[in-house]
Amino acid sequence: MDYEVVIGLETHVQLKTRTKMFCGCGTSFGASPNSHVCPVCLGYPGALPSMNREAIRYTVMAGLMLGCKIADYAKFDRKNYFYPDSSKDYQITQLDHPLCLGGGVDITGEDGARKTVRIHHIHLEEDVGKLTHRAGCSGVDFNRAGVPLMEIVSQPDLRSADEAIAYLTALREMMIYAGVSECNLEEGNMRSDVNVSLRPRGQTAYGTKVEIKNMNTFSGIHAALLFEIERQRAALEAGQTLRQETRRWDPDAGETFPMRSKENADDYRYFPEPDLMPIALSPEQVAEWAKALPEAPAARRERMMADYGIPEYDAGVLSADRALADFFEAAAKRCGNGKLASNWVMAEVLALTAKTGKALADAALTPEALGDLLRLLEAKTINGPTAKALLPELFEKGGDPEAIVRERGLGQVSDTAALEAFVDAALEANPKVVADFRAGKQAALGFLVGQVMKQSKGKASPQMVQRLLRTKLGV
Amino acid sequence: MMELNKLTIAEALAGLRSGAFTSVELTQALLKTMEASQKDIHAYVTIDAEGALAQAAEADRRRAAGEDAPLLGVPIAVKDNMNVKGQPCTASSRILEGYVAPYDATVIAKLRAAGAVFLGRTNMDEFALGSTTQTSGFGPTENPVARGCVPGGSSGGSAAAVGGDLAIAALGTDTGGSIRQPASHCGIVGVKPTYGRVSRYGVVACASSLDQVGPMTKTVEDAALLMNVLAGPDPMDATSLDEPVPDYTQAWAGADPERPLAGMTLGIPKEYYGEGLDPEVRALAEDAKARAIALGATLKEVSLPHASYGIPTYYICMTAEISANLARFDGVRYGLRVPCDDVVEQYRRTRAEGFGAEVKRRVLLGTFVLSSGYYDAYYGRAQKVRTLIRRDFEAAFAECDALLAPVTPEPAWPLGAYQDDPIRNYLSDVLTVGVNLAGCCALALPAGQTKAGKPVGVQLIGPNFGEMALFRVAKALELKK
Repeated sequence: MDYEVVIGLETHVQLKTRTKMFCGCGTSFGASPNSHVCPVCLGYPGALPSMNREAIRYTVMAGLMLGCKIADYAKFDRKNYFYPDSSKDYQITQLDHPLCLGGGVDITGEDGARKTVRIHHIHLEEDVGKLTHRAGCSGVDFNRAGVPLMEIVSQPDLRSADEAIAYLTALREMMIYAGVSECNLEEGNMRSDVNVSLRPRGQTAYGTKVEIKNMNTFSGIHAALLFEIERQRAALEAGQTLRQETRRWDPDAGETFPMRSKENADDYRYFPEPDLMPIALSPEQVAEWAKALPEAPAARRERMMADYGIPEYDAGVLSADRALADFFEAAAKRCGNGKLASNWVMAEVLALTAKTGKALADAALTPEALGDLLRLLEAKTINGPTAKALLPELFEKGGDPEAIVRERGLGQVSDTAALEAFVDAALEANPKVVADFRAGKQAALGFLVGQVMKQSKGKASPQMVQRLLRTKLGV
Repeated sequence: MMELNKLTIAEALAGLRSGAFTSVELTQALLKTMEASQKDIHAYVTIDAEGALAQAAEADRRRAAGEDAPLLGVPIAVKDNMNVKGQPCTASSRILEGYVAPYDATVIAKLRAAGAVFLGRTNMDEFALGSTTQTSGFGPTENPVARGCVPGGSSGGSAAAVGGDLAIAALGTDTGGSIRQPASHCGIVGVKPTYGRVSRYGVVACASSLDQVGPMTKTVEDAALLMNVLAGPDPMDATSLDEPVPDYTQAWAGADPERPLAGMTLGIPKEYYGEGLDPEVRALAEDAKARAIALGATLKEVSLPHASYGIPTYYICMTAEISANLARFDGVRYGLRVPCDDVVEQYRRTRAEGFGAEVKRRVLLGTFVLSSGYYDAYYGRAQKVRTLIRRDFEAAFAECDALLAPVTPEPAWPLGAYQDDPIRNYLSDVLTVGVNLAGCCALALPAGQTKAGKPVGVQLIGPNFGEMALFRVAKALELKK
């Protein structure tokens, strides 16, 4: 039988707030255990949560980026369960009035067509501590307890492992773009619970789903999905009934295994968190936050292609990073030639960042200076080699290209009389090369151009030199 | 020789400011009485003699240097559910034995900044769950006025400390009457401020949506002096409200001494004068009504039609929140731990050993009312009734400035009575829980004594942030010593 795969993802994205969700403790990764803790995130008697407004703002920004409706009424709830990684033995989360509803992520589907993966909602909740087990004892590190997490819940719109990864890749790009999360996978900034089921193609009812918990690498999710889809397919084809269960991916074994299933269904006894007031965001507040929202990466790619006349490939490279795209756009506007700016940013500027290991933000080169440099090149005030030679200096020390060119006399020599003298001298000094050229050796012309350039100290316009040489040689 | 322990805050401040005595002398006088009273009254679970004397000496140094502060050198008792940095804080529960508070509750920080001296920690019903102080994990407290009787609860230790002159004043908490009822039983003044008026940060949570900290004092003026320090918004408590704080001692300023309540209308909620009210309690409430009229007030009968749903609604809301708030006492991070190889077994044994019977009963009730399949019938329904109860009060306040009613249906009962009858205990909260469910403010003050010499109070109930009206009426109704 032909089966259709149905996948939905619940993705936890750690917000990059400086402090935790309900207290002033820091959120930096890798600190020594229990060094970012206080009575609030340790659940001490009498401690109360106080809301970090930045966490609300970031969640709303994420929602706006995904085209969600921002709730005009949201509230927090307590999810009750006993576990040592929970400092209060309940988690503050949002059960039925999340901050963001609806929305979607556009991906290229399996069939190559664009499709929208619908978002069900985004809610905000606190992270828990981290358990470490050693022989004979266990430890808890509460540094992570109370760190704000968004849970982005997709609709079951994904149809293959590749689509799941395309969705996560796009989602990650959008969250980084919105500036709400680092989405650092190694640090566990983005973890997904994966729900997958199979159904006979054409059937509308969903099949029995399996949840694979807490996956933090894309390759792991891909591999786990491929395995799980095949496992379910084989079971269904063998006429077996699947169990609705939670499974764990073992990357070493390359298999999923059922997690210990509880005999009774969990009852988290949710109820409204009495220590926090409900959130009523005004449309004015949301509009104010929306002003700081950058264009979504996909939309930006389209617009950059139209505005600057650059190919899709260039737009893709440049828009992958918000800071790079901003830099490119500013430089392109300054010099007035989008493709020239694109070539220079992608080839020369990125080469410099790679070579120096210095991020664009830390370099002295401003997009305006690059634009000015390219304008000088366009106007043939300087030639290409001069421009290339100047760039590393601008990158390291900054400066005004026009002033530098003027002060150092780097402008191209386009005075025909002066150039003719250099050309004549070169022809005279190299009779053998001239003879070779006349005998049909085209490369000889390049040598002669080089000689003229050398005499002009690099300032001659190579095109003009070539033209003069050809005239003199009568070709 | 003046008995320093019997002073009010106002008298103590006057003496300290005039140099009649020092804070160290005042504190020593109290410590001596406190220690002597421990074996019978047992108002305190912890007495911090050393710390109190050091704070008193510091207050004296500051005063000698020309400084002053609203409570500089005034010794105060604190209910055992508020964190005072460096002191134990057990909420009278065995499960918190060994826990030392690493921080100050906001109310403590405010009192500290105002120069108060902390005498020690008063006994209470375990986690404030009770109305007799007999559920304390450290033994009961005896009523210092009606000897042989309970002091009320849950702030029974604070009420006994103030009523028995074992503190100049005290802090209590009121979740369903826990300040007003013991104040009434011990013959003192107690204020349940409007929800959100005083910070809850650092107060061991009983029921978060109902709890408020308030003063327990010998006089109305003292309660106003303490409220001036306690009230105000706190960024650490998201449910505290940013309302301006008036000078509560100005509540009665400019009143006509003959008719200080002229122009005021007091509502008489008929449901609070129904069947089951002890005749002597009723008579003293009627006496308060007559005095109010003589002082110029207009009385008007009003109705709180959903009053009879107060007890079931309260015991559902409160136990639900208790079940979550008390989950953190699991033996993992602080307090009692009964070590086991299996973590679930460790939870079970720690909580079985650490919690008393009443705590367990309420955690079980709260867990039940939130459980899947029962939520709508209990917790969900109770929330709706709570809204109706709040609207009852709002409607009543459209007709009057404050309500006047008894605090409890009967005076303090003998120690040990009804201990096997939780329902009887719960029903005694019938006149106090409505205020907490509605979130409004109330003040209990002495109304007299029964023939047997048991103190009986009346309560004034005001709208949200209506404390000024309560203080004005209370000051006028206050019985002369």
